[in-house]
Amino acid sequence: MTDSAVGESLAEVKDLGLARGGRVLFESLSFAIRAGELWQLEGGNGAGKTSLLRILAGLSRYGFDGLVSRAEVPLYVGHQAAVKGLFSARENLSWHVSGGCVFADEQIEQALQRVGLCGFEDTPSHALSAGQHRRVNLARLFLSEARLWLLDEPFTAIDAAGVSELQERIGGHVARGGAVVVTSHQPLHVDHTVHHLSLDGARIS
Amino acid sequence: MSSRIGAAQKGLYNLTVMWTFFHKLGSPPWLYGIAGAIVRWLLPLTILALLVGAAWGLLFTSPDFRQGNSYRIIYIHVPSAVVALAGYYVMAIAGAVSLIWRMKMADVAMKAAAPVGAALTFIALFTGALWGKPTWGTWWEWDARITSMLILLFLYLGVVALYEAFDNKEAAGRACAILSLVGMVNIPIIYKSVDWWYSLHQPASIKFSGESAIDSSMLYPLLLMIGAFYALFTCCLLMNMRAELLQRESRTAWVRRLVKPDGPR
Amino acid sequence: MLLRRQLSLAIRRPIEIGNPLVFFAIVVALFPLGIGPASEQLAMIAPGAIWIIALLSSLLTSDSVFRSDFDDGSLEQLLLAPQPLYLSVLAYLCAHWVVTGLLLALVSPVFALMLNLPAEAVGTLMVSLALGTAVLSLVGGIGAALTVGLKRGGMLISLLILPLYIPVLIFGTAAVQAAVSGAPVGPFLALLGAMLSLAIALGPLATAAGLRISIDA
Repeated sequence: MTDSAVGESLAEVKDLGLARGGRVLFESLSFAIRAGELWQLEGGNGAGKTSLLRILAGLSRYGFDGLVSRAEVPLYVGHQAAVKGLFSARENLSWHVSGGCVFADEQIEQALQRVGLCGFEDTPSHALSAGQHRRVNLARLFLSEARLWLLDEPFTAIDAAGVSELQERIGGHVARGGAVVVTSHQPLHVDHTVHHLSLDGARIS
Repeated sequence: MSSRIGAAQKGLYNLTVMWTFFHKLGSPPWLYGIAGAIVRWLLPLTILALLVGAAWGLLFTSPDFRQGNSYRIIYIHVPSAVVALAGYYVMAIAGAVSLIWRMKMADVAMKAAAPVGAALTFIALFTGALWGKPTWGTWWEWDARITSMLILLFLYLGVVALYEAFDNKEAAGRACAILSLVGMVNIPIIYKSVDWWYSLHQPASIKFSGESAIDSSMLYPLLLMIGAFYALFTCCLLMNMRAELLQRESRTAWVRRLVKPDGPR
Repeated sequence: MLLRRQLSLAIRRPIEIGNPLVFFAIVVALFPLGIGPASEQLAMIAPGAIWIIALLSSLLTSDSVFRSDFDDGSLEQLLLAPQPLYLSVLAYLCAHWVVTGLLLALVSPVFALMLNLPAEAVGTLMVSLALGTAVLSLVGGIGAALTVGLKRGGMLISLLILPLYIPVLIFGTAAVQAAVSGAPVGPFLALLGAMLSLAIALGPLATAAGLRISIDA
């Protein structure tokens, strides 16, 4: 894991404004996500959490006002698992479209173990459940070297034990100088300051 | 020290810069006003030029010594064909501007140009068929120029169809911009290949009168008509743009003020 | 890497590879049924017919190049990946070409014989198909990228890219016809090669831009 100076800005947003269908979701939003920070985006359904995360990731490039800059390519985990049913869990990770084949086999094995998929490494993914698909995708959190993580509802379809394991991982990443932005309706149980960004009226606290 | 290296890396990786400046360059209310002003002046001029050109061409020129009076359809056929082709380039250039500088107004112009261009292409094909019957004895001939125009019509229709297929109109505009740029690269290739294909298959029975120079008494009304069609295209484009602007900006304050001048702000 | 991924995806589902070939065979069988079994007549239309069928099967399959990746979210990850999108797109389209165009070119002699194409033109047919379908895959990728976000993209994609296929059709057919009549085929193949170079240079750029728009819509 990279040991970047705490406080270095990994992503910055200036004067961000977004309107969908003529309704203003948020406007003149400015903040910086620094290394060692944990952010939680909050807001009701349709408040623009996913949209904001996609803008941060660089998936949305149009249709909003303001300036977004990123220090590096972030790790983005979206609603969809990006898991191919025809591949096994191992192949899904080693041939993941976003990475290049940089991971050694034992790394992948370890990561799959950490997300509780021990014994499922070589099962074709179409035989896995939705929650297991998500776990395959979340195994990337144990592989990626990206410092900035953007996680969109990472706890959906994950059981209680998995959620606490994940929260631990998130906390660990932040402690090592990474930064995490999470959209979630669940409170985060980590021993780390959580910056809350509420999109219902766009307040930062 | 390490943070300095980090800063250098950050400079290298600084991925996205969002240009807000250009958004302001094409401000919708301003464009709406200026387009309205231009249309107000240009439209009467266009109608006048169309009437004069049509009357001149149809009534005051002598009939062609070979084709008689049927050639007079040239005063609609040629201008619409010329402007239809030019219209595609207007559309593609507007598309390029909207893609490169993220100018929303160029997007609007491109969207407005497509149906006008398609209509002109259709007129050119239709009048061509009408002209072909008395001249060549056939409604349709697989001739290089006719085939190219037909393909141009398909390209226009593709842009219109793609635009309509998207729910998100901004994405639709950008998708169409790419499509029209791809089409612009392809038009010369398509034209050349169709041209070549025709010269390979050309049946000997039909000859074009293209080589005979057009008489100046016919040329001037034709030029006037071409100019008038350009003006007509511009008018249609601007009026379409105004309509599109109103639709896109229908929830903004300036449109509301426009509709209800004394309404609540 | 991506090329390997796409190819092994295709091999895991062999029916997807088989479908275009079966489609090809069926349409070839339709021609004699519609036109009549006279062998001279078939030989005359054979170059055009085979090319049109190749064009249609490339068109029908190109819709699916990015579709499954769009549906399961892989496409988002691809756009965020550090490697240039141009190369990723090229790998995807290359895989598409290998399992449709190249395969069609390899089995085309069988269909050429079914349609009574003179034997001396078969080599040219294969080369022109291999070159031409690569252009078709690259151009089809643009249409696929622009329509991948749409629910009803299937019909639209034909309207968008069929006009762009025309030059390939013209010169592909011309090459085979030249071979039939004993004329030199080099110029036509060179023209197809030139189109391929242009398509490799510009096609993936447009496709990449199209994907970015589709993912954003």
